[in-house]
Amino acid sequence: MPTVSEKILSRAAGEKASADDFIEAGVDFAMAHDGTSVLAVKALREMNVSKVFDPEKIIIPFDHLAPANNETAANLQHDIRSWIEEQGIVNYYDVGEGVCHQVLPERGFALPGKLIIGADSHTCTYGAFGAFATGVGATDMAEIFATGRIWLRVPKTIKVVINGKLPAGTSAKDLALMVVGRIGSDGATYQAIEYYGEAIEHLNMDGRMTLCNMAIEMGAKNSVITPDKKTFEFIKKCAVENYTAVYADQNADYTVEYNMDVSDLEPLVACPHQVDNVCPVSEVVGTPVDQVFIGTCTNGRLEDIEAAAKITKNNKFCVRTIVIPASRQILLDAMEKGYIQALVRAGAMIAPPGCGPCLGAHLGVIGDGEVCLSTANRNFKGRMGKGGLIYLASPETAAASAIKGEIADPREVRLESC
Amino acid sequence: MITGSVVVIINNLLSGNSFTSRKTLNPTKAKEANMSPIIQGRIWRFADNIDTDLIIPGKYLRTTDMSVFASHAMEGIDPEFSKKVTKNDIIVAGKNFGCGSSREQAPLALKHAGVGCVVAESFARIFFRNSINVGLPIIEAVVDCKHSDVASVDVEKGTVTCRGKTYQGVKLPGFLLTILLDGGLIQHRRKQKQ
Repeated sequence: MPTVSEKILSRAAGEKASADDFIEAGVDFAMAHDGTSVLAVKALREMNVSKVFDPEKIIIPFDHLAPANNETAANLQHDIRSWIEEQGIVNYYDVGEGVCHQVLPERGFALPGKLIIGADSHTCTYGAFGAFATGVGATDMAEIFATGRIWLRVPKTIKVVINGKLPAGTSAKDLALMVVGRIGSDGATYQAIEYYGEAIEHLNMDGRMTLCNMAIEMGAKNSVITPDKKTFEFIKKCAVENYTAVYADQNADYTVEYNMDVSDLEPLVACPHQVDNVCPVSEVVGTPVDQVFIGTCTNGRLEDIEAAAKITKNNKFCVRTIVIPASRQILLDAMEKGYIQALVRAGAMIAPPGCGPCLGAHLGVIGDGEVCLSTANRNFKGRMGKGGLIYLASPETAAASAIKGEIADPREVRLESC
Repeated sequence: MITGSVVVIINNLLSGNSFTSRKTLNPTKAKEANMSPIIQGRIWRFADNIDTDLIIPGKYLRTTDMSVFASHAMEGIDPEFSKKVTKNDIIVAGKNFGCGSSREQAPLALKHAGVGCVVAESFARIFFRNSINVGLPIIEAVVDCKHSDVASVDVEKGTVTCRGKTYQGVKLPGFLLTILLDGGLIQHRRKQKQ
């Protein structure tokens, strides 16, 4: 019986699609950002395609170098802006609007049952809304810009059931790191993941996006959390078009089923240089930290900023701390609630909504031998600067570590500035 | 994994389809291809989980100048790689090659640095698609060989020959082989328009 992914891809292909079939599907929404659109538009021009298939189905947020950090980036962005205008692409979000994987959900493009292809590996985030969402490269995106279609191999699906309630001091990021640590960095390659269980039901949409965002860190093509009341509540305010929620059949065919429980979960940390190099925070407590970064498409949402602000209380940060809300809306909401003020008083720098230093190009690159504790999704060698070391953790652990100047356990009640 | 029988399914599934890249499934087309299906070169051995930040760090991505990508290929592992690599050298790696970012600059960097083919036990799926699209041959195979050995890869057959032994890897489905041998998706589309 079909899984969620098989059902969505069958609808998008207009024919029954089962795991391992190669299909050609119509794309509901196509996304490229300032980084990937450069090569996509170059490829499209080289293909001699002068008009995109449908300018209303294409979404382009500028987030990777926002705002441009040098003349080369500025000129490339200028060229893409001209192309966007020439094509009549209305769903264009310039620098400062936020990270693509927050902008698309906020603007109502991440909808149940849709096939969403993005020229960014973390496009899998929209699975949090019950969409089939996956990443491709620039030339694939050029093909979609030209035709609105893509070839895909229908993935097999892994079922992950997570029971229990997250203990105090832990959050969706710890849950996500637990899953990545268990399945491994290539444990879901070419496959889909469907998440179920009490712990998933308890996650708000922010936390569900955190979890689905990290599916690619296991090699997964996509991951799905089927829609429920929380999903519908979120999208009723912003959905750009009608949608049909898709659920797996009972007895759907899964390659493997994992059962996990979060009742005794400790805050977790992914140590350099692999995302599945996961250990309990207690094993690395006391590791000196040079920089803390709270933000990104994984953990730059309101719930994350709130968690960091609440841990901070009236303490001061004793290492340089960069906070980047994932979108302008989140920045506004976080200011209204006083979270930004609290973090700035503690010593944080607030950078413009976007990807920030996650990809190592600007706004907080680290030096040789420096350690960054980051709420991002990747800790690959050299990612934030050649010779730097990246530890990944939750916003709670990040804020606690900023206060202590070393990796700290956010459950510690007496956090005092160093 | 993609298997020979799946290739038949693809051909059946997609016959009569409007997707233009599928119209050239005839393998004889390979004879008119832009790229030779046989690659012979010296081997570079790499481990499991070679990620896209190792292949090309994010700070070098914002250009359309291929020589910039080429000059930083594999910099995260060996800063001298781009100077030492010679045309048609073959990378032989472990599992999950190309994991991480969707950056197409990763296969572009390898291709323009001179790498003739990447052989790995498995590939991250976006890197796999990107390699085909930019015309960088890739083969999924487990090969017993050492750094600096000379190997020969037959992209059409999906085989790797090294130290007198031939290893059968996973053959590419017909439509992907055609795109690859045309030199990538851009050249493939141009060819169709001629």
